Amino acid sequence: MNALEARNVTKQYATHKALDSVSITIPEKTIYGLLGPNGAGKTTLIRIINQIISAEAGSIEIFGEPLQQKHVGIIGYLPEERGLYKKMKVGEQLLYLAQLKGLSRKDALARIKVWLEKFEVKDWWNKKVEDLSKGMAQKVQFISTVMHEPRLIILDEPFSGFDPVNAQLITEKILELKEMGSTIIFSTHRMETVESLCDHIALINKSKKILEGAKKQVKAQYKSNTFTIEHKGTFVVPGRYELVSQSITEDDHYSTVIKAPLGTTGNEVIRNIIELTEVHGFQEKLPTMADIFIGLVKGEGDEALKKHLLEV
Amino acid sequence: MNKVWLIIQREFLNRVQKKSFLIATILVPLIIPAIIGGLVYVAIKESETAKAETVHVLDESKLFKFESNRQFTFVALDMPVEQAKKAYNETKDFGLLYIPAIDINKAEGIALYTKENPSIEKVSDLKGLLESQVHDLKLKEYNIDEATLKSLRPKVSMKQFNLTETGEEKSSNSGLLYGLGFALGILIYMFVLIYGIQIMQGVIDEKTSKIVEVIVSSVKPFQLMLGKILGIASVGLLQFTIWIVLISVLSSVSMGYFGTKLPQQQAMEQMNKSFVADPEMKEAANQQNGKVGDFLANAREIPFAKIAFTFVFYFLGGYLLYGALFAAVGSAVDSQQEAQQFQFPVTIPLLIGYLGLFMFILRDPHGPISFWLSVIPFTSPVAMVGRIAFGVPDWQLALSMILLVGGFFLTTWVAGRIYRVGILMTGTKVSYKVLAKWFMQKG
Repeated sequence: MNALEARNVTKQYATHKALDSVSITIPEKTIYGLLGPNGAGKTTLIRIINQIISAEAGSIEIFGEPLQQKHVGIIGYLPEERGLYKKMKVGEQLLYLAQLKGLSRKDALARIKVWLEKFEVKDWWNKKVEDLSKGMAQKVQFISTVMHEPRLIILDEPFSGFDPVNAQLITEKILELKEMGSTIIFSTHRMETVESLCDHIALINKSKKILEGAKKQVKAQYKSNTFTIEHKGTFVVPGRYELVSQSITEDDHYSTVIKAPLGTTGNEVIRNIIELTEVHGFQEKLPTMADIFIGLVKGEGDEALKKHLLEV
Repeated sequence: MNKVWLIIQREFLNRVQKKSFLIATILVPLIIPAIIGGLVYVAIKESETAKAETVHVLDESKLFKFESNRQFTFVALDMPVEQAKKAYNETKDFGLLYIPAIDINKAEGIALYTKENPSIEKVSDLKGLLESQVHDLKLKEYNIDEATLKSLRPKVSMKQFNLTETGEEKSSNSGLLYGLGFALGILIYMFVLIYGIQIMQGVIDEKTSKIVEVIVSSVKPFQLMLGKILGIASVGLLQFTIWIVLISVLSSVSMGYFGTKLPQQQAMEQMNKSFVADPEMKEAANQQNGKVGDFLANAREIPFAKIAFTFVFYFLGGYLLYGALFAAVGSAVDSQQEAQQFQFPVTIPLLIGYLGLFMFILRDPHGPISFWLSVIPFTSPVAMVGRIAFGVPDWQLALSMILLVGGFFLTTWVAGRIYRVGILMTGTKVSYKVLAKWFMQKG
């Protein structure tokens, strides 16, 4: 089953289209990266999923059901702009937010206790938020997002404002939640996060979805069949390969990048060149998410992307 | 609805638990009776000292007869002026009134010597005494005897009645109604303004602290707005109830302590005692009792239950009507300072109602302007409660109430549409055009 399926979602503001017929499919129990430059429409899409605003056109299904008000209880949302009631105590605040999500007072109390223990901050219950440091407040905010154990968790730039230790802690908790069966939507610019955590990605640019799929497939789709060969002594590149670049690393050691015809496997390339030179290293150049992101956003098209990927 | 209830609870508890609430709730009722008590105390002191004003009178014309009264004690002198002045200077008395030998047709040269600058009131009282004596003397010159004189100055008491449509007579008391209308109107004005601004402040706080996006991912913006408005309303009602209870208890205690010492009241009590014994006093006492009785009867005639109901209705209606607008203003801006440009137009109609209360309602409660002010929803909360005590035809009251409810739904609807967009917009330069755009925006 899919955790979320958006079909042709369109949001029109007075002066511009924030979302132009965007369709995405988020498989259950995955970490889904929602990528795109600032102002692309990610936040608009997230707000629509959270039913904070509504779309002009299109439909959204959540766990197989049309999205309704009752679903707010199974969604946890961490907005990019964090905020809590400054004058309220941590415990009261979490209790209030959990009850707004639909938990009973008793359940909420039990869950909050568990989560405060998980983060080793049991003694914060009576602390006012204004007395917490920024990092501490972020932890409280994260707890408020996940304490009702939502099936769908939406995190907008979750790591901004965290020091590396806490970022690591949050990463662990996110993976734990995934293990427990939650689906997580990540909206982020940080490509290293996407690279290490996401299973699926979608790229939104200028209100349109321009790319979606499993991370592996996306990478395979955009691989340019280029290979880097570390070798000793020169050789003549066979006619079916195209020489992209060649550089001397030391003495007569070279690093050569060649482009093979579509469908050529690494094995074939090795077989072809192993007779010609002394091969020290061989690697297929796979595009990083950052490469794909920048290429697509800059060039707005597959051709431009491929060109970009060759350049890097 | 359950979630709105949660929001109401939070708004209520969060405010009630604050120290500032406790302080304001307890201090205000202490301060007001203290002021009332202080004024009463001063008034008593005033009336006590007023009794002791002694005036030395040197009447060379031998025409005037001065009888000591509550204000002045007159001491007649018979000596040369210079000596009288010297004698007066040795006393601590109020003044020396010197009347040279004059002709009543040309009453000139009368002089009042005092040690301090006397109050205008006392001087004019003395002057009044002299004038009325000269007046009487002149009448005597025209051979009018004292009996005729007395009958020329009859005591008139006018009772006021309202003739209802059914022909029933109701006695009325304009002063009492004025005071009631005045107090109720101002109470509503204050309540709407004070708590309306609290709503606005609360919305701005939620917006600037960014908590709002988390909240509206759980509840609809409209629910949040409604919960806030109702939560603050319950704080206001609680505070007002405590104030009224405390003020009335403390006031009656302080009035009970000082009030019995008021000379009028003492005099009245004495009169009541001598009521049976002295037949001559009977008439005077009856007259006095009549006045007090009238006042009490008038007070009883005022339909307090109706007024109380109307007051609560307009109290809440006005608050809700303006509360929604204040919420919308709060949602549109990022700070209190920025709010002022929008806050002003919202408070203008309220201010018109307030000014209308003094300029029209209390002076002419049944005039056309008073009618319109008390029917149009934006001014009616202040205007109608100011007017209600004077008697308002049922159809007008009904019309005004229906319009107020309608107005409340209208402003809440308009405000809700602005609010839902505004709370998510930070850092936008907001103009009326932008507000209109938000209002029109779908979803």
